[in-house]
Amino acid sequence: MAKSSLDKKFDQIRKREEEKTFSTKKRSRIVNKFLNNRLAVLGLIIFTIIILASIFAPLLSPYDPMRVDLRSMRQPPSFDHWFGTDSTGRDVFTRVLFGGRVSIFIGLGSAILSAVVGIAVGCYAGYKGGWIDVIALRISEIFMSFPQIILVLLLVSITGQSLFNLMAIFILTGWGGMYRLARARMLSLREEEYVQALRSFGLSTFTICYKHMLPNALSPIMVNITLSTAMFILTEAGLSFLGLGVPLNIPTWGNILNVAQDILILQNYWWMWGPVGIVISVFVLCVNFIGDGLRDSTDPSQQG
Amino acid sequence: MKKEILKLRGVKVHFPVQAGVFNRVVGHVLAVDGVDLDIFRGEVLGLAGESGCGKTTLGKAILRLVEPTDGEVKYISQDDDETELTSLEKKDMDPFRKKLQIVFQDPHSSLNPSFTIFGSLQDPLKKFGIKSKEERRKIIGDLLEAVNMRREYMDRYPHEFSGGQRQRIGIVRALCLEPELIVCDEAVSALDVSIQAQVLKLLMQLKKEKNLTYLFITHDLSVTEYLCDRIAVMYLGRIVELCDSEDLYNNTLHPYSEALISAIPVADLDKQTKRIVLEGDVPSPVNPPKGCPFHPRCPKATDICKTEVPTLKKYSTNGNEHYASCHLIDLPEIS
Repeated sequence: MAKSSLDKKFDQIRKREEEKTFSTKKRSRIVNKFLNNRLAVLGLIIFTIIILASIFAPLLSPYDPMRVDLRSMRQPPSFDHWFGTDSTGRDVFTRVLFGGRVSIFIGLGSAILSAVVGIAVGCYAGYKGGWIDVIALRISEIFMSFPQIILVLLLVSITGQSLFNLMAIFILTGWGGMYRLARARMLSLREEEYVQALRSFGLSTFTICYKHMLPNALSPIMVNITLSTAMFILTEAGLSFLGLGVPLNIPTWGNILNVAQDILILQNYWWMWGPVGIVISVFVLCVNFIGDGLRDSTDPSQQG
Repeated sequence: MKKEILKLRGVKVHFPVQAGVFNRVVGHVLAVDGVDLDIFRGEVLGLAGESGCGKTTLGKAILRLVEPTDGEVKYISQDDDETELTSLEKKDMDPFRKKLQIVFQDPHSSLNPSFTIFGSLQDPLKKFGIKSKEERRKIIGDLLEAVNMRREYMDRYPHEFSGGQRQRIGIVRALCLEPELIVCDEAVSALDVSIQAQVLKLLMQLKKEKNLTYLFITHDLSVTEYLCDRIAVMYLGRIVELCDSEDLYNNTLHPYSEALISAIPVADLDKQTKRIVLEGDVPSPVNPPKGCPFHPRCPKATDICKTEVPTLKKYSTNGNEHYASCHLIDLPEIS
């Protein structure tokens, strides 16, 4: 009897399986789903470009972001100065590149560190429950109810402006959200039977909650890290624009924007604030796209 | 000569019910309310009852996954050393965790989705002193083969398996420390009937090979009939009947057991069975009815049932011990 084409196909598959050349696992389903999301991929590409450009800023620009050049003040964009120069003759393009380093470091750093604190507290308290959980919950509520800007004002007036202070405030006010997310996941995970099974072996609380349960709670937290990165970058820009954030001599995206407080500059010298505003918006947009993509791809209830 | 492995004496598990602004305790759910039970080495003891009667809670209380409120759980080792488990410190419990294990009901939540089978099974082995990775792989591989699965499966993730396969992996996990008693908490209820038979057969085969004792928790009396040496029937946190499984089906003493048995489908068209349909739901375990807890639903209830709580009394049927708690049994009680 002649074999149909379908039979032949199956024979081939079986043969490959027997020879073990059949690669069962190339990419995980999550990666595949993420790569199918065009906006997320676009976001990831631009995100990578901006980060790489910031890291390799000295290679991309011949200028020093801090060097004052009084002979070339307030020049409009040209081949020498792509984004023009500012009131003290510094190259704006160079300053945007170098500013990215600090801004992204603050955004990503604060988001990751506050996630570390939030997860560490949330996992343990959520799994253990009882009075530890109650106390942690109340403390997080206190920190979350405190307005960020007041804290910044307080700390700036006491210790003066610094990068470290700003990040410390971001972490203090930001860990609460991460903590609640981690706690909520742990509360539902601890009823799963595999956790009960681990407990029936008498494994230690640390092994159970950080090694075995945490990986299952991580996907919403990853999404939240990206989204709060974007939020922290915007907050940094806002605070620096007001002159409360990073000290003005360090170039950050917010500090570059700071010059736009002057109505003269806002009206006549668009290149001093326009391009950096666009870079901030694009970067934040990209991070949000990545966050959306991650959320969709790690959500097991969504198919396709 | 039958030797006990576990002795339960007056085991109670009460969960507080909180209400109001200040989380005041307004009452207790009497999930398990005074259970006396002996489990003998090498037997299969069925624990039957409808949903919410406390059978799972009792199983978990034995392993201290749920802390018993009151009562004693005594473990008797092969050298007749008695240890009271409920009063032990967490640390001192470890050697007994090795002896008592559990197989869970839901095959879909009983395995960690982000670890391979080996990954989630190796930590318990590590904890109980099997240091080398090769040795751990060998133990798990051997057990996988013992439950008719391939050795290579240990490097796969849970989502690659079917429900029956997962349940067999759950059995591997329970077996990996060579326990003496396994609590099977509705171990086959979530499976297809054909797979149920397969897993049950496997459990019986493993019992013979490894000298296991099972506490088989189920709501399905048709399963227990073929499996168990003795059956305990639970109602509202108490044992109402306890006897050899044959006697339960042929010489039923308690009206509740009668109703349960009449609900088993019979594969014979000509055979007419009298169905005893119980009315209403299980009463709330927060405030159980006065007198016999079964009296509001009992077809035979009399006045004494409404006032006096019956105790578990010993009778004899077919020359075997037969315990039941009902006022209406007209057999001579033996002491």
